[in-house]
Amino acid sequence: MAGSSTAAAPAGVGTLLPLVGKSDTKPTWCPGCGDYSVVAAVEMALKKLKIPSHEVVIVSGIGCSSNLPHFVNSYGFHGIHGRALPIAEGVRWANHGLTVIATGGDGDGFGIGCGHFVHAMRRNVDLTYVTMNNQIYGLTTGQASPTSMMGQKTKSTPTGVIENPIDPIALALASGATYVARGFSGDVKQMAELIQNGITHKGFAFVDTMSPCVTYNKINTFDWFRQRVYKLDAAGHDPTDIVAAWSRSLEWGDKIPTGLFYRTEKPTYEDLEEVLAAGPLARQPAGLSGRESILDEFL
Amino acid sequence: MVEVAVRVGGAAGDGIASVGEIVAKSFARLGLHVFGHNAYQSVIRGGHVWFQGRASTERVYSQGDGCDVVYALNPETAEIHGPSIKQGGFLVYDPEKFTIPDDRIPVGATAIKVPTLAIARKFTSQSILQNAAGLGAASYLAGLPLETIQGALADSFGKKKGEIVEWNIGASAEGYRVAREAAGREIPAIAPAGPPKLLMTGNQAIAVGAAAAGCKFLAQYPMTPASTIMHWLAAHSREVGVVVKQAEDELAAINMAIGASFGGVRSMTATSGGGFSLMVEALGMAGMSEIPLVVVESQRSGPSTGLPTKTEQGDLNLMLGAGQGEFPRAILAPSHPVEAYRATLRAFELAEEWQTPILLASDLHLSENFATVDRGEITFPTEVSSLFTVTPNGHDYLRYAYTANGVSPRSLPGQAGLQYVSGSDEHDEKGHLISDTKSGVPLWVAERTKMMNKRMHKLDGLRGATAPPYLEGPADAELTFVTWGSTLGAVRDAVKLLAARSHVTSILVSPTVYPFHGAEFLALAAGAKKLLLVEANYSGQFGRLIRAETGFDVPHKLMKFDGEPFYPMEILQKALGVLIDGGK
Ligand SMILES: Cc1ncc(C[n+]2csc(CCOP(=O)(O)OP(=O)(O)O)c2C)c(N)n1
Ligand code: SF4
Ligand SMILES: [Mg+2]
Repeated sequence: MAGSSTAAAPAGVGTLLPLVGKSDTKPTWCPGCGDYSVVAAVEMALKKLKIPSHEVVIVSGIGCSSNLPHFVNSYGFHGIHGRALPIAEGVRWANHGLTVIATGGDGDGFGIGCGHFVHAMRRNVDLTYVTMNNQIYGLTTGQASPTSMMGQKTKSTPTGVIENPIDPIALALASGATYVARGFSGDVKQMAELIQNGITHKGFAFVDTMSPCVTYNKINTFDWFRQRVYKLDAAGHDPTDIVAAWSRSLEWGDKIPTGLFYRTEKPTYEDLEEVLAAGPLARQPAGLSGRESILDEFL
Repeated sequence: MVEVAVRVGGAAGDGIASVGEIVAKSFARLGLHVFGHNAYQSVIRGGHVWFQGRASTERVYSQGDGCDVVYALNPETAEIHGPSIKQGGFLVYDPEKFTIPDDRIPVGATAIKVPTLAIARKFTSQSILQNAAGLGAASYLAGLPLETIQGALADSFGKKKGEIVEWNIGASAEGYRVAREAAGREIPAIAPAGPPKLLMTGNQAIAVGAAAAGCKFLAQYPMTPASTIMHWLAAHSREVGVVVKQAEDELAAINMAIGASFGGVRSMTATSGGGFSLMVEALGMAGMSEIPLVVVESQRSGPSTGLPTKTEQGDLNLMLGAGQGEFPRAILAPSHPVEAYRATLRAFELAEEWQTPILLASDLHLSENFATVDRGEITFPTEVSSLFTVTPNGHDYLRYAYTANGVSPRSLPGQAGLQYVSGSDEHDEKGHLISDTKSGVPLWVAERTKMMNKRMHKLDGLRGATAPPYLEGPADAELTFVTWGSTLGAVRDAVKLLAARSHVTSILVSPTVYPFHGAEFLALAAGAKKLLLVEANYSGQFGRLIRAETGFDVPHKLMKFDGEPFYPMEILQKALGVLIDGGK
């Protein structure tokens, strides 16, 4: 109940503002769902960074995973399916003093919302995008997702998937994301670190978390991943080397790398949008009062 | 009274619109009322495009019927527009470019041969300069003083100075001189009729209105005829402090605008029917999560890609019904740039006051055509109120608290102690979902009903806060027109034509299309002798709305869906038919 017990604290000097924590809504995910780890990691990351909960906005789309904002005591926006990123971008441009995190599922981000995914990355908007990739459509009870593996039998593909899966990491690299990482719900500590560094990273940070759906995906289970994951940093991967990042991104099978694939510094969209130089848009003066000369061009 | 119309026609890429705009601007600078009609096609080069500047010492609301001067850059223009030339009018062309046999010169019109290319060659090898010569000639014939046209011409180059400007000035003077000699009679110069007027398109008025209303964020995806809203705001972005985002598609555009509004700024998106179709789902989200949003829907001829550069009012059903389920919205339908400016200001106020999407219904005819506006008619609000209106009150903040009018206090991210989750799922006062584990449970079934009532109750508020229908003209008119949006312009001009024929008519104007003010409408309609519905679509969508809301069927109807705007004469003809005809 961190949210409500401290809600009375007025904004102002000398007041300890509440940090991010659990909200008074308990997650409704299936017992054992990978998404519990993700919400825990998001909370841990934000707590570590000591960002007050009212300065954080968590935006999501629709799906089991997209319920996440309800379980955190920050501001939240539970949007429509596939549109988490454009909503998050709008929030960020309205007030770039806020920490904006977009979350959602693999269907949300790489299926219906895939166009936005590519464009948000090429813009290098300064936000963190955490996907809960369970390679299945959870909320709609188990259809194939864009990351379901070839041959996987689901309700919509009873004889097996016959399309190649999207590789979100490679797609992110190709789209110009400046921070690209993969986490795994079996390792909350690593995931929290990846998210934390993603938040402090200046630019678009993408953290794809392998977050098993224990109900509808009987193939890509916790165990399946445990047998395959290895850590990129321990393997000596250099995250400043884009070519190395590319080749690591192609690894999927007996070995699945987790950790930071790639990181680079580039100006963010907010850096380059000149109107934002005057400070967060929400705090800028509005209107044209006294600026009547603007009409002269119509004479 | 002065009334004159100049038409310039040629192929896309000929620079027709800029010649036409200079003519229109010159009239406006003389203090005349102007309607500038820009007719073009969905090609970048070739085809047939034309621009007409119609000016009068009295108000003009449409392109009118016919014209006094046609400047034809190609034979096609002479062919198409020759018949529109009024008695005593002129057809300007360059015989070096093409010839028009004498028997093809419209009866009553005089052909004025102007060596525009030869004049251009005196200055430069760039043939585009011919337009300045033609402009000069047409201007003389229209009664425009040379200095006025040259002033507008020079200003069209902006800050550019030097020989280009001088060549243009020189060529226009030459054209002017040639026309004067060829006219066969002295054309009296139009005397200034008052202070210069602003000349703006509906979209420019909307863009200025948005900035004046305190809009700080526009996200848009290019689509005719809405694009020029983005163009104006993008060009003035820093000056007016508005972030303009060209989104990857309309889905992104509206969602970005919604995110920005949630984040604490007034925001807007603009599109045409195709893009609006893509925005439909998010529009409902704004309604459900009670987020202020202004959406401009500038209609063009549909269905599907339709006639991208032609006008229509065929999206009313779409605007009324856009979105699954039910949520409150308002649809404002201005008819003229001044009204568009004011409606935009109002749309932002309404969106914020009622925390729901407000649609501004425009169409190509309003969005892209020019009309004059008195400077005094556009005033900027002296103060734009802050959005930071909620203060922590020591209690649990309820974002969706039940209130008398359905509007709940809205906090902005960044405000301490007021966090909430904005949800597209059904939720309780706190914003907690009632869609998952609670739906169907009796307590929450009742909660859902309450929440629906709360939101929908805002419709009553919106009805009270929006402009009701009103009667333009006398209560005892022989015939009353019923119309909406940009079509009102041609109807206003038709009323004048009818008055000149001793028929007193009036207009039942509905500045707010939705929520429909049924009682007021019925009261006004009850007093009318005969009623004629005029709208630019196939099925009479506004008529259907009236019927649905009031049970009243407007008995006479004039529909048009050929892509062209209404011409006053065709309205007049229909009205005369109705007047002769029996029945109410
Ligand atoms: C426009 C639209 N289409 C379809 C749906 C139905 N739908 C809800 S969630 C979902 C997919 C969820 O999969 P994913 O994004 O991977 O999230 P998960 O539930 O697996 O966490 C779908 C198709 C919807 N809500 N909106
Ligand atoms: S269905 Fe799958 S993704 Fe959804 S909550 Fe259950 S385990 Fe998690
Ligand atoms: Mg999924």
